[in-house]
Amino acid sequence: MTHPVLSIRDLSVEIPTRHGVVRPVDGVSYDIAAGEILGVVGESGAGKSMAGNAVIGLLTPPAHISTGEIWLNGQRIDQLTGDAMRRLRGKEIGMVFQDPLTSLNPLLRIGDQLTETMLTHLPISRSEAEKRAVAALDEVGIPGAAERVNSYPHEFSGGMRQRVVIALALCAEPSLIIADEPTTALDVSVQAQIIALLRRLCRDRGTAVMLITHDMGVIAEATDRVAVMYAGRLAELGPVRDVLTHPQHPYTHGLMASTPLASQGKSRLHQIPGAMPRLDAVPEGCAFHPRCPYATDKCRQPPVPRVTDGQAACWYPLVDEKVI
Amino acid sequence: MSDFPIPSAPKSRYRRAVESDLFYTFKRSPVAMVSAAVVLILVLAAVFAPLIAPTNPFDPSSLNLMNGFTPPMAPNAFTGDTFLLGTDDQGRDVFSTILYGMRISLFVGVAAVFLAMVLGITLGLISGYVGGWTETIIMRTADVQLTFPSILVAMLIFGIAKGVTPVEYRDQMAIWVLILAIGLSDWVQFARVVRGATLVEKNKEYVQAARLIGRTPGAIMLRHILPNVLSPVLVIATISLALAIIAEATLSFLGVGAPPTQPSLGTLIRIGQGFLFSGEWWILLFPAVTLLALALSVNLLGDWLRDALNPRLR
Amino acid sequence: MALVRVRKLSRLFDVSKPWLNRVIERRSKAFLTAVSEVDFDVEARSTYALVGESGSGKSTIGKMLVGLLKPTSGVVEIEGVDLASETDAAKIDAIRSDIQMIFQDPYASLNPRWRVRDIIVEPVASRGGNTDGLAEKLLEQVGLSKQDAGKFPHEFSGGQRQRICIARALASEPNLIVCDEPTSALDVSVQAQVLNLMSDLKDDFGLTYVLISHDLTVVRHMADKIGVLYLGRLVEEAAPDALFDTPKHPYTQMLLEAAPQMDGFGREVQPPEGEIPDPINPPPGCAFHPRCPIAQDICRKERPEMRKLGETRVACHMAE
Repeated sequence: MTHPVLSIRDLSVEIPTRHGVVRPVDGVSYDIAAGEILGVVGESGAGKSMAGNAVIGLLTPPAHISTGEIWLNGQRIDQLTGDAMRRLRGKEIGMVFQDPLTSLNPLLRIGDQLTETMLTHLPISRSEAEKRAVAALDEVGIPGAAERVNSYPHEFSGGMRQRVVIALALCAEPSLIIADEPTTALDVSVQAQIIALLRRLCRDRGTAVMLITHDMGVIAEATDRVAVMYAGRLAELGPVRDVLTHPQHPYTHGLMASTPLASQGKSRLHQIPGAMPRLDAVPEGCAFHPRCPYATDKCRQPPVPRVTDGQAACWYPLVDEKVI
Repeated sequence: MSDFPIPSAPKSRYRRAVESDLFYTFKRSPVAMVSAAVVLILVLAAVFAPLIAPTNPFDPSSLNLMNGFTPPMAPNAFTGDTFLLGTDDQGRDVFSTILYGMRISLFVGVAAVFLAMVLGITLGLISGYVGGWTETIIMRTADVQLTFPSILVAMLIFGIAKGVTPVEYRDQMAIWVLILAIGLSDWVQFARVVRGATLVEKNKEYVQAARLIGRTPGAIMLRHILPNVLSPVLVIATISLALAIIAEATLSFLGVGAPPTQPSLGTLIRIGQGFLFSGEWWILLFPAVTLLALALSVNLLGDWLRDALNPRLR
Repeated sequence: MALVRVRKLSRLFDVSKPWLNRVIERRSKAFLTAVSEVDFDVEARSTYALVGESGSGKSTIGKMLVGLLKPTSGVVEIEGVDLASETDAAKIDAIRSDIQMIFQDPYASLNPRWRVRDIIVEPVASRGGNTDGLAEKLLEQVGLSKQDAGKFPHEFSGGQRQRICIARALASEPNLIVCDEPTSALDVSVQAQVLNLMSDLKDDFGLTYVLISHDLTVVRHMADKIGVLYLGRLVEEAAPDALFDTPKHPYTQMLLEAAPQMDGFGREVQPPEGEIPDPINPPPGCAFHPRCPIAQDICRKERPEMRKLGETRVACHMAE
């Protein structure tokens, strides 16, 4: 076993506000191996995107990493400064965001954007880069790639644009891709295309992928392992099949059970009472305890339960709780 | 039901004000606090001028021509009277004339901005919500008016209004004509901003919800959209107030504004500049400094409001 | 009799450039066909779901149902009254208070400057009705507390706001509520709360829902009958079990196959080919033929009529 591509250790992000310091990411640790897709799932405000932004050094001040380490291919990257981080982004880490339009320069032909990125990061000639740009578009499934390199972003449909963004993220041959809700803005049929594409690229190239999403269905179909986040903390981490079929954390269980399933018919949906706490009012102890049917006094006070090897961040993990 | 109840009482108006972001940023901005203090002092001084001013400069019986040209803080050579900021050629106390002048300046400024605001908001709401030809006509008129400097428009309106007023009422009407002129020259900004905000708001779902239950366009504009477009209006109103005060001063300085019987700060500056080279600097300097302080602090307050209410503009 | 009767409903949008540009560029007017000849009935006290991807015209139909948009042609009758052609003001007003709508974005659908009480009672207050204690009663019915009536919308979370929207929709005691993506802005755990609430209220008040959604799991859970839309046309209509177990239209089949499944670990699906065509120049014949695996010559030439196949209605030449 070699090093994981990405290794996050005890990462916390803090934002000082007028109501005190809030911690949108709190003591999160996970690894992603080469060729693996890790799904990061959680509801809005769970801190899943913030963790991804911390990895690529795109936290907007005053948000900052307060503790923890981020390692990429054996190199510590959380302390890198502006320039070194910029070189790393694009070269070692590719990014795919929810809205493909914001990731593309509307004034440049997409071929030029691909070529420029490659010339910045790879030791190749311009003609070689142009050849590879066509190949990259071809690889992400854009029909007529040789002609389409001369098109501008607005000439593509939403799904095609997201393919271009993926080609752009991949063209410098990064070892890690961070995809933040890459299919949320897309229709179901296009979503299926993009997921299939991500999986194929990951398998063929051995790229590690961090797939951030709120959609349990996407997680089930696309990922190898899943990290469930709640109120900035990891609730559960493990192989996707284990976590989704036998959730240990009551939150994961509630999340799965509240999704309408075909097998359920018209019966009432399971519901988790309440809502995720606001970041400035995270409860003491286990952050989930006010919504948890099994909570005891132990859950209501520190210390905070943490994810350990193969076990969810819960004092009383569920056993044999089958959902699907 | 499902939610665990966390019933909490609604907050009072005072609590909401104190806990608001606006109040918070205000407390952290020294510029805003100093400007607000200056504006407050000047406004109070103007409002309570009759109580504060040592003399009523427009009451001929209280004037003594012998007191003319007394320098500040020095006893008059003939009468021995001392004046804080000196006197002008007529023997009027400069401090008192400033207090009374500020009243006129502020009144004209506030009234003109109010007129511009009412006009601009109305036309902006209508053109944003109704659209079509109505919008085209209103906004093209605004565009045409914008191609002229607003002081020119004000002078034009002032000239026309003065032409149609009978001579015997001219001095009485001068202040109102001034308000009309400045107000009409300044509505365009309000209309543009309100129209833009209305275009955004009218597509929001709460407006659709109101249309759905059959509320009339008038009710939707007034009750639903208007409260939501007011914060940019507040910013523009503040900055416009500074501009209106200066516009009034400019017109009065040029001699087309407030009459000498009701001198504003601008009129005082026009009178004072005649004495600058003969050495009586105080007649010009003090009204000018007051005008500067007033316009500057209102403007700074407006800048702060803009930053606080719309962080994206920063 | 059906509560809602929709016949040959079409809606075009003028997407032409301004007049001067058209003259200079010598172009004719351009129209986008958002909805094209849609027929369906909604039975009283049932939930009728309209599903489709973006550009399928589902929201446009919803707006025409509640009278926010006028149809270009065709008829929408609610309790036998056509809002677009009815001239009797009293009748229009009566129908208006019978129809309500719940919107997608709970952050934009509540006026931020109004107190919750005023928001909820507006449908009644604007008609001069009695609103004493109404807001408080409705708030408790949707699972909030009486005291919330004095607060402003920003003091609530997304799920709570959607409850407030539901309370407002209930205020005028409507028969029909059109729900446009009521839960797609909400998190899964909150979505379950809102869907359960909607089901409960439907039973308590005898409501009829028209549910507009792109989420197949939500639609399957809630609906009694589902209409599938593609490019502004109704392509299939069936009860949920029939639709999900034996979809007849190739588009429905494609859509169901593409939807991610919670137990689809490592599922390798052949992703659907192509994308939704440009609604300004829709393909001739059946709009789905360029992406359809079983398309024949007739599909390229003739638009298929809705026909009955058992309990299912489907618009496809080839379906059987």
